[in-house]
Order: sequence, then C-alpha cells, then structure tokens
Amino acid sequence: MCATCGCDTNASSSIQHIGEHDHLHDHAHNHSHSHGKTIVAVEKDILQENNLLAQRNRGYFDAKNILALNLVSSPGSGKTSLLERTLTDMKGEFPFYVIEGDQQTTRDADRIYATGTKVAQINTGKGCHLDAHMILHALQGMKPVENAVLFIENVGNLVCPAMFDLGEKERVVIISVTEGDDKPIKYPDMFHTSTLCIINKVDLLPYVPFSLDKVKEYARQVNPALEFIEVSCTSGEGLSGWYQWLKAKVPVTETV
Amino acid sequence: MHELSIVMSILDIAEKESAKNKAVQIDEIELEIGELSGVDMPAFDFAWQQAVKATRLEAAVKTVNHIPGEGLCMNCEAVFPMHQLYKPCPVCGDHFITILKGKELRVKSLVIN
Repeated sequence: MCATCGCDTNASSSIQHIGEHDHLHDHAHNHSHSHGKTIVAVEKDILQENNLLAQRNRGYFDAKNILALNLVSSPGSGKTSLLERTLTDMKGEFPFYVIEGDQQTTRDADRIYATGTKVAQINTGKGCHLDAHMILHALQGMKPVENAVLFIENVGNLVCPAMFDLGEKERVVIISVTEGDDKPIKYPDMFHTSTLCIINKVDLLPYVPFSLDKVKEYARQVNPALEFIEVSCTSGEGLSGWYQWLKAKVPVTETV
Repeated sequence: MHELSIVMSILDIAEKESAKNKAVQIDEIELEIGELSGVDMPAFDFAWQQAVKATRLEAAVKTVNHIPGEGLCMNCEAVFPMHQLYKPCPVCGDHFITILKGKELRVKSLVIN
C-alpha cells in the first residue's frame, strides 16, 4: 500500500475479497457491456491495506502491553522538544522508544538518541505522512520490550497524517501558541481524530495574540471530547500534567 | 498530498483484482468518495492522471460517486446534512455529532476486459 517504500508484504494474501463471487457473469445481464467484459464487484475500502496493517501493529502492542502514541502537529510546534523533555524528566520510569518521521535527515533521531533513548528514524522522502507499513518495519528493527511506551513522532503536517491509522492507542495533537488559535477549525480532521491536545509554548502567551479559551472552544466544536494540557517545554510549566496523563495511560500489567 | 497515497492504494487494489481475474485491461472503475473523507478532489484527479500511466488503469473511465456528509446529533438525535466537522447541530446547537455518511473511501467495482 505505501507509496514510499514500495516493498510488498504477505498481508495482502489474507485479505478477504468481499462481494467477490465465482459466478461473476451472473451480474453481466444487468449491464450493457459487450461480450468479453466482466464486472468485478470489488467493494473494498481504499485504506484497507493500511488499516489491516495498523490493526496488526495494534495487536502487537496489546500483546506486549506497549502504550503507542501517535504525535501529530504542524512543523515547528515542538513535538521533538516535548519528547526530549519527557524522555529526560521521566528517565527510568518506563522503557521508552521513539519512531521519528521526517521527510529528510536524522536530525530529530539524533536529538532523541542524545537523551539515551532507543530511536528509529523513518525518512519518507517526498511522503507527507507515516503509514502503518512503515511502523511495522520500524518495529521489526526496534524490537521494543514489554510494558514500554512508544512515541511515534509523525511528519510535521496538520493534514495528511490524520487519515492514516498507525495502530496507536491514542493520537496526541500538539499546537503551539505562535500558530494561531483558529487552527482547529482550519484543519479539523486532525483535531477530530485526536484524544489529547497539548498546547505548547505557553511561556510566549504574553507576546502573541493567542487566546487559550478560543483555541479550546474551536477544538471542542470539532471534537467535544478532546482533552487539553497546556505546557511550555522551555520553562517546564505544565509538563507535570502531561507526565501524569502518560502514567495514567500506561496499561497495568495484570489486565483482564 | 496524501491523495497520491490514496490513488496508489486504488491502483494496488485494481491491479490485484484484475490480475486475479486475468484481465489485460481495466475499462471502467467505480469509486465512492465521501464528502468528509478528507480527499481534495482536484489534488486527487491530478495524482490520478500521473499515477495511472503505464498501468492497467491508464485508459479506464473513472466514475466517482460523491457521498454527501450526514450527521447524527447525539443530543437531540436529529439527522442532518453535514458539510463541515466543526458546524453544530442545526436543530439544538450541540457539537456531539456522529458521522453517519461521508467518510467513505471505497473501490466499488471494476469493468475488466
């Protein structure tokens, strides 16, 4: 399915072709096509391949009791900075892993590696989002241990990554106060599919025309159930709330 | 530009289905694309033109059934046409809305030769 890496998986062989019959010509009398033509009722979700691989990833995470989070935002909102702070401040509390998605370079992976965390960098080339297939490959190389926390930092893009399930447990959208408080209704899909919204760079609030009330109001119009945490990765303000959220989300080992 | 990925997924599905049915060429392809699916049609059509070159779909006639968005208000249970994710229920003004229709992204059928 993925346009970027091109490699094929065996997953396709297990796909059930809904609506496909071995008596396809039965349908032909409904249509005026000339002899030799066949109508194939495909009835397949276009994103099915990605969604199947995402569910495969999800099963892997569930089996190993791994909390996988998909971090999405526009470029420059502070995803990598948030991870650097988190991995440093929470060092030793959980086994952490990071998958970095960028079009080019290993700059973000280098920053994460410097915190002593195991990291994989995916370069999508011209691709504008990560997909489940890329995560599958990254996991094969990474081999995370049980009861770990995996951060997947998506390509900085507030549009395209919204459509692609990676198998994550929660999607976390990050917005910084320098971006404008109307982002949630300008790019609604990302806010619609996320469960937590982190508002970053709140230390800059005195200098920018950004209203915390407004951004929340707009975001709730798109997604009334969205949670918010306000932080500054520079001053450290609010980060304890994010750490508490994380700890509460880590699955207890002795579950059902 | 995730539309290119969408088009590549369609090509993949169409190629597999036609290969299974031993088709040389695909004459027609019918798609369902919902209003709220997040696909920008001009970007989709542009990606399509480039991506189908030298594939079984190159000469295929593409029919796109656009599915209008439809929402269900979780508060007053009104069902209404939904064009934006951020617009409230037109009856009671609530924002707790479930999308009933408009997220479709499907390859419906192929006519092969």
